Amino acid sequence: MNFYVRLALGLAAVLGAGIAFTFEYPPITVEQRGYRGLAIEQNHTDKGLATLAANNVVPAAADPQEPSGIKSSKAYENVKVLGDLDSNEFLRLMTSITEWVAPQEGCTYCHSEENLADDTKYTKIVARRMLQMTAHINATWQPHVAQTGVTCYTCHRGRGVPANVWSAEPPQAGPTFAGNRAGQNAPSSIAANASLPHNIFMSYLDKAVDIKVQGTQALPAGNRNTIMGAEHTYGLMMHFSNALGVNCTYCHNSRAFANWSQSSPQRVTAWHGIRMARDLNTAYMEPLASVFPDNRKGPMGDVKKVNCATCHQGAYKPLLGVSMLKDYPELGPGGPIKATP
Amino acid sequence: MAEYQNIFTTVQVRGPGYMGAEAKRGGLWPRQGQPFFNYLAGLIGDPQIGPIYLGWTGMASLICGFVAIEIIGLNMLASVNWDPVQFIRQLPWLALEPPSAAYGLSIPPLNEGGWWLMAGFFLTASILLWWMRVYRRARQLGMGTHIAWAFASAIWLYLVLGFIRPVAMGSWSEAVPFGIFPHLDWTAAFSLRYGNLFYNPFHMLSIAFLYGSAVLFAMHGATILAVGRYGGEREVEQSVDRGTAAERAALFWRWTMGFNATFESIHRWAWWFAVLTTLTGGIGILLTGTVVDNWFLWSSKHGVAPSYPHLTAPVIDPALVQGAPQ
Repeated sequence: MNFYVRLALGLAAVLGAGIAFTFEYPPITVEQRGYRGLAIEQNHTDKGLATLAANNVVPAAADPQEPSGIKSSKAYENVKVLGDLDSNEFLRLMTSITEWVAPQEGCTYCHSEENLADDTKYTKIVARRMLQMTAHINATWQPHVAQTGVTCYTCHRGRGVPANVWSAEPPQAGPTFAGNRAGQNAPSSIAANASLPHNIFMSYLDKAVDIKVQGTQALPAGNRNTIMGAEHTYGLMMHFSNALGVNCTYCHNSRAFANWSQSSPQRVTAWHGIRMARDLNTAYMEPLASVFPDNRKGPMGDVKKVNCATCHQGAYKPLLGVSMLKDYPELGPGGPIKATP
Repeated sequence: MAEYQNIFTTVQVRGPGYMGAEAKRGGLWPRQGQPFFNYLAGLIGDPQIGPIYLGWTGMASLICGFVAIEIIGLNMLASVNWDPVQFIRQLPWLALEPPSAAYGLSIPPLNEGGWWLMAGFFLTASILLWWMRVYRRARQLGMGTHIAWAFASAIWLYLVLGFIRPVAMGSWSEAVPFGIFPHLDWTAAFSLRYGNLFYNPFHMLSIAFLYGSAVLFAMHGATILAVGRYGGEREVEQSVDRGTAAERAALFWRWTMGFNATFESIHRWAWWFAVLTTLTGGIGILLTGTVVDNWFLWSSKHGVAPSYPHLTAPVIDPALVQGAPQ
C-alpha cells in the first residue's frame, strides 16, 4: 500500500476512535410524554438517573422540639424576623440552617463568637433577608413552587454561596475596532456550549425583556422581533434545559414553540419561575448590594443573583420534588417570619 | 497483465504533462503552471495537476475572496484578543456578526457590523467573478453554459440570504453571520423566529429536491458503475450510439420500476434536481418575514399542519390569567 494511503487510513482510525469517546452509549430509556409521533419525550440513561439521585439526597429533618412557650424575641436579644417563633423551634431552625448553609464553619459563619446577638457579620444580615425571601417564595410563588416549597437547602446544599449563581458579565477584553463577539460566539456552558448568546440572565431574569419572538398571526402584522432576539431566547432556553436536565419538549411541542395550547402544563410552571427569578433578583438580591463585601460580588461589582440552576441544579424538580418545607412549617405561608424587621 | 478499469484504476499513466488543446478564442493570459502528477489524485480522478487558467476574472475573484477571508479571519482572531491558540481552539464558535437591527440598512461603525458588510461585499464580488470565469471558460472551450447556470442557482440562494431578503426587510441584521456554529445557530433561530421553516412549502420543495438529488446521484452513479464492464462510463457516446451498456442499464430500470431515463435525460434530471434545490430554497427564504411571519400558523390556516390530541389538561397562556403574580 502506498505510504500516503496508509497515512490517511491511520489518521482516519485515530480520529474515529477519538470521536467514539464522545458518544452517549445505549441503553437510553425514552419516556413518552405527549401524543404519539410528536417526539414529545424525555431521554434517560441509567447512569444519568443514578447521578441525579445521588446529587439530590435530602438530609434528614431535625427532631421536632417541645415548644418552650416563650417567643424567641423574649428569650434572645436582637431577633428581628423570627421573633414570633417559639424559642425551642428557633434553636432547631438555627441548627438546621447551620447544617444546610455552613456545616463546616458552624454558627460563627453568621454569628459573632463573643455575642451571638451581634450584627457585625454581613452574613447575618444576608441570612435574615434570605429567611424573608424563603417565606416570600413559599407564600407568593406557589404557582411555581407549589406546596413543595423551598428551604435554605434547596439552593445552598451545604455551601455558603449556592453553587449556581450569576452576575453581570465584564465587557469583552481585547481590541475595540474589530472582533466584536456581541455577547455570543464563545463556548459557554450557559448556552449548552453552543455559540448562542450567553449574556442572557441580565435581560431575562433581572430586567423583564420579552422572551417571546414569534408572531401570533400568519402574515406580517407588526412583529418587529429580530433573529438576534430569537438567538437570545434560544440561549435562555438552553439554560432552562441544562438547569432542569430536560429537553425542549418537556414544556414545548417543538413544531410550534410559542403555541400555549400545544404546550405541556410544565410550561406554565416555568413561566411563573421566570417571574419568580426576576422578583427575587430585584427585590431581595440586588438591595443587598451594600451588605455584601466585594469578594462576594461579580467582576462588575454587582451581587450574585439566582437563575433556574440555583434551585434546580440539574433536576426537573429541585431535590426531585421532595418537600423539606413540611418539616419546617415556620418557613411556609402563614409562618412567623416578618416581611419587614 | 495491466487492465483498464473504470474506478479502481490499477495503472496510472505517466508521461509528459498534457497542456490541453488550444482554446477557440485565445485569452489574454496563458495557462499557468508546470503540470505534475499525484498518486492520491490518480486514485479518485486524473493524476495530472495543472496547468490552470486564471485570467483577470480568476485573479480578481481570488483577490476578493482573499480579502473577505482576511476580514473574517482577522476579526475572529481579534475576538480572542490575538491569541493564536484560542483562535484554533474556539474556531468553530467564532464569528463575524452582521449589524444589529438598530442600524437598519445604514452603514454601521466597523466593529458594529461594518466589517461584516465589507466582508460580504468582497465575498459576493469574489463569487460573482468566479461565476463569470466559469461562464467564460465554458464558452471558450466551446461548451454549453449549464455549469454556470447551475452555479447561478446556488448564488441566488446565497444572495437571497445575505442581500436580497435583508434589503427587502430593511435591515442587515436579518442576514447570516460568518462562522461555523454561529451560522447554524442563525439557521435555527431564523426558523424559530418565523414560526418553523418546516411548514414553508418552498422549504419542503427544496428538501424534496435535495433528497431527490441524493437519490438520483446514487441511482445514476450505481447504474454507470454497474455497466462499467461494458464501457458504460462512455456515457456521451452511448447516448448517441447505444451500446450494450446503455441497453442493459435502461432495461434494468425499465424492468425494476417500469420507467427508465436515457443516457442523455438522466443528466437533465440530475441538473434540474440540483438547480431546483437552491432555486426553491431561495424563494422560500425570500417569502419568510416579507410576506409570511409565522409559517406554522400559515400552514394551519391553509390546512397543511394537522392537529393532534392534547394529552394533558388544557394549557392556557398564563399572561392572560387574572391574578397571576407578575
